[in-house]
Amino acid sequence: MSVTEKLICITCPMGCTLEATHEGSTVLNVEGNNCKRGAQYVQAELTDPRRMVATTVKVQGGVHPLAPVYTAAPFPKPRIFELLDALRRVEIAAPVQMGQVVLENALDTGINVLASRDMPKSAA
Amino acid sequence: MNKRLKTKYDVIVIGAGPGGLAAAIEAKKAGAADVLMIDRDLELGGILLQCIHNGFGVETFKEDLTGPSYAQRFIHDALTVGIEYWLDAMVLDVTPNHQVYVTGSQGGFRVVEGTAIVLAMGCRERTRAQIQLPGPRPAGVYTAGTAQRWVNVEGYVPGKNFVILGSGDIGMIMARRLTFEGAKVERVLEVMPYLTGLSRNYVQCLLDFDIQLQLRHTVKRIIGRNRVEAIEAAAVDEKWQTIPGSEEIIPCDTLLLSVGLIPENELSQKAGVALDPITGGPYVDEGFQTSLPGVFAAGNVVHVYDLVDWVTRAGQVAGRRAAQYAQCECVKEATTIPTAAGENVRYVVPHRVNPETLTTEEVMLQMRVTQPMEAAVRVEVYDGDTLITRKTERYARPGEMVSITLKGKDYDAVRQAQTLAVRVVRKE
Repeated sequence: MSVTEKLICITCPMGCTLEATHEGSTVLNVEGNNCKRGAQYVQAELTDPRRMVATTVKVQGGVHPLAPVYTAAPFPKPRIFELLDALRRVEIAAPVQMGQVVLENALDTGINVLASRDMPKSAA
Repeated sequence: MNKRLKTKYDVIVIGAGPGGLAAAIEAKKAGAADVLMIDRDLELGGILLQCIHNGFGVETFKEDLTGPSYAQRFIHDALTVGIEYWLDAMVLDVTPNHQVYVTGSQGGFRVVEGTAIVLAMGCRERTRAQIQLPGPRPAGVYTAGTAQRWVNVEGYVPGKNFVILGSGDIGMIMARRLTFEGAKVERVLEVMPYLTGLSRNYVQCLLDFDIQLQLRHTVKRIIGRNRVEAIEAAAVDEKWQTIPGSEEIIPCDTLLLSVGLIPENELSQKAGVALDPITGGPYVDEGFQTSLPGVFAAGNVVHVYDLVDWVTRAGQVAGRRAAQYAQCECVKEATTIPTAAGENVRYVVPHRVNPETLTTEEVMLQMRVTQPMEAAVRVEVYDGDTLITRKTERYARPGEMVSITLKGKDYDAVRQAQTLAVRVVRKE
């Protein structure tokens, strides 16, 4: 049986309110989207919801004790906390380069976790 | 600090956040001989450096970047075009004749003069005092941005059980961030009947982690002597008065406030720049020039934007105009047309428009609506009863800036207008 539900698209800051009609994971109709990414978002939410994850990892000898990091691609939503646990065990050394791989192939998803910025060595 | 700090610059930019960086880079590109950027922090980038989440740059770069990555692109550009900068330096005063009094950890006290000045001090968070929260004053009451700095940059999580007052973006993003760090966010309270941040942050920061949002609710009092032990939440009526009998004690050790941002204009006031009491920022023209000739304002110092991309854009306009001013050292006597906030519009920026600008570039009017409208709306610019231009939007929400662009085709109408009044009304 088909159901219609409201979702807010998070693909861009516009945040379109979508009305999605679906039967199980088969999307029958999407309304309210301003672009085609809205329909793709509904499909992903029903089958494999993913989110960008941004957090920090420890840095040795940097100007700050932490370096911000992010997933290079949206990460499977149900495994976010597992990823955060893995990143809590990561420690990198300054200097850090923006885009540097901090955790490769995180949890075998094929997704790398990258540094968000350069982190120079502390002068001390 | 640059060792050869000069006493005079074409353009001095105060603040090295996204607005200041964009202004400085653009000023240099537009021909300013020398540009000095001054910031009180130890690094360039401003508050973006603590905004480690993604969502930045979708408009500017068509890419989804984190705050630090967005900042780093501009820092890189600033260094490439040869912007001079002085960090760990506090601007104490700006005079009406463009002298900037600075004191820094290196260099001591100096007076530098800018032919043009760009004010890019950003904004500050509203604090407990400004929303008059009753109760004792225990530890554990912080603004969301302060907590963000501690968690993301300095490595401290300031509590275990949080209540967040305010559904602004920083508050919601901190709710997710604290959840990631193992804390429990008991509740997000919002005094307004609607979300004040972006809808997508409601989804990806609150809904995703089952964090409860209560609209039309506020903190009635804070409980705890040395440390926050609980807060008393209560529903509010249309007049923002708490409703007796709706009180609920929520145990927590920390209360974060995400209750709005105010443009930071202490220096502007000292310089004698006229401020708009509604935005809290300077009155500006379409090139972001303030009431003082040669003094420009870029970004959140003018009015608080919800996207950094728009701060960048505003900074670029201000920087370009500052460079032009510096090169001709003249005040163009221009006739400007005032803008005005009409039906369902709280304010419009810029406050005045020189129609001649429309012969070479477009002018974006930016505004916030007073009331949310969840159906199609028309954004209309009128001069009296004459419609100059209009566009349709799917909805209008106070939390999301609305804009309409004046183009070359509007030149004649704008030139003859008495006022450019903008209204946002339901589409018939």
